[in-house]
Amino acid sequence: MRGTDYVLKRIAFAIVTVFVAVSINFVLFRLAPGTAVSNLSRVPHATQQLRHALEKQFGLDKSKGEQYVIFLKQLVHGNLGISYENEQPVATNLRIELINTLPMVTLGTVFSILIGTLTGVIAAWRRGTPTEAVTVSSALGFYSMPTHWLGLMLIIIFAGTLPTGGMTNEFLLNPGFWQHLKDLGSHVLLPSLTLGLVLYGEYTLIVRSAMLETLGEDYILTARAKGLKPWTIIRKHALRNAMLPITTLVALSLGYVVAGAILIETVFSWPGIGRAVYEAVLQRDYPMLQGAFLLLTISVVVCNLIADLLYFKLDPRITT
Amino acid sequence: MSEASLMIEAPPEGVSSRRGFVLHTLRHRPAAVIGATILVLVGLGAVLAPWIAPYALHEQVGPVFGHPSWSHPLGLDDGGIDMVTLLMWGARVSLVVGFAATFVSMAIGGAVGVISGYFGGATDTILMRITDYFLVVPDVPLMIVVAAIWGPSLFHIIIVIGILLWTSTARVIRAQVKSVRERVYVKRARALGAGHTRIVLRHVLPQVAPLLIANTVLTVAVAIFDETALSFLGLGDPSRTSLGKVIENAFERAAISSGAWWAIVPPGALVALIILGCSLVGGSLEDALNPRLRVAHLSARTFRLRPLVGRGKEAL
Repeated sequence: MRGTDYVLKRIAFAIVTVFVAVSINFVLFRLAPGTAVSNLSRVPHATQQLRHALEKQFGLDKSKGEQYVIFLKQLVHGNLGISYENEQPVATNLRIELINTLPMVTLGTVFSILIGTLTGVIAAWRRGTPTEAVTVSSALGFYSMPTHWLGLMLIIIFAGTLPTGGMTNEFLLNPGFWQHLKDLGSHVLLPSLTLGLVLYGEYTLIVRSAMLETLGEDYILTARAKGLKPWTIIRKHALRNAMLPITTLVALSLGYVVAGAILIETVFSWPGIGRAVYEAVLQRDYPMLQGAFLLLTISVVVCNLIADLLYFKLDPRITT
Repeated sequence: MSEASLMIEAPPEGVSSRRGFVLHTLRHRPAAVIGATILVLVGLGAVLAPWIAPYALHEQVGPVFGHPSWSHPLGLDDGGIDMVTLLMWGARVSLVVGFAATFVSMAIGGAVGVISGYFGGATDTILMRITDYFLVVPDVPLMIVVAAIWGPSLFHIIIVIGILLWTSTARVIRAQVKSVRERVYVKRARALGAGHTRIVLRHVLPQVAPLLIANTVLTVAVAIFDETALSFLGLGDPSRTSLGKVIENAFERAAISSGAWWAIVPPGALVALIILGCSLVGGSLEDALNPRLRVAHLSARTFRLRPLVGRGKEAL
């Protein structure tokens, strides 16, 4: 049963990776300058006793090994600590922010897939013509732009016509459902368009090469000889077989996209997980930073696993 | 880098040497020539900045956000500094970060790749598991965390970017070393009593060097991109004006709401140009040196910037 072996190996690797990430997370933040105690006991006339009391309270008098075990135990219970900034549990903060990030990121991914597939198909179909050169080079051009800079360019272009920051219009009191949805839609447009534009180049090139591969197959020649319309050939014969790399790419992309949303959410003041990272950096809010980093790593690992399994399901020849 | 070699005349038809093949391929790749031209022009501007920049770096030469004019073709920034001057110096810092970080990652990646591929066995397994971990971990968040903990400085940024970008190099080099190791002349050298160091330095490294160069160019692009991102998040070196810093500065000082597009459009466009140039040159070099990569389902490898697939797919 090589197939089962492969699946088990992938899952085991994902679990080990998460464990390593957790451990690195622990070590990394213990290297940060200062401890909670050195910050809190900075008050004037702080006595040695206060120091000890605080150390005991935060468990810093225990050995690093014991601290690590406690850290793991708390993590299993879903306790990521308390944010320095708003004194709420980090897990609660992260949940709210993740819920805010997902619609923006999903719409952005949809944009990139639509634009990418369309331009990729055009580039492959019009191979060797100026059309191909234009589509491919504009895809590369967008791909090379710094994410936040492209966001700023969109703000310059669309300022006045579309809202350029935040998630909802705060002056809209008690909006109806449709009104709220419309408001949300207009706010989400620019951030997700930015995401779509910087990401679509990758899809373009991959769809193009996958299409070129399938367009060279004999059954395409047969379809042409039958006199089918070009669009039918593309849709029914070529694109369908070129979907394999695209499917896995989508699964893979989601994990990185959440991580990459940091720049976009900062530019557009989108109250999601990326902005939480940015604010945590500014405020030196280590518990938040630690929690967010862990969440991002786990999401990437999980998406990678999904992509691997998906690829295996779609193309069982792969058993490495 | 190989800008110079790109300009050399292509060899006559039928030349079968590796060098001849590379030059021939490059001549038939307008993308590589365009990329190299961009890099040479930007590089010249950056290197010669102290001599050819129209004004001194921190010299206030006009009003805040002064409009573009004949004496200041790209206008002035929020401190009344000439944008052209700022861009030249900014490109200088960005390129230094790019190359220095790449050097760090090449050293790590090259060493890991050569050791892993050459010795094989348990060493290989352990090193590759570590590489796998670094391939999966999202690098921009990790960079942010490390940079936030260490504090902002150019040196830290170079080290942080360097220690996170070595994975693709390690993989490429490992694969290449594995195949070189089995070649007859390497086996012969070993039979003649050559030590590991000698075999690696004299026989293996020269074989993988061209690929290492192609990889370098691609990594420079990622390093410059990452530096721009870190600067924008306020983690850049406050005392050095990189291109990322110029963008951040203009954004922070409300260049957009002041209508001063000239303070924010050119620095980002320049970063995009540099990255485009690196991608074009690096991609073409890689194609030329390793034609196997041109196979469609493997063609995802040049994506390093926003590694949707570069990392994950290489593992397949």
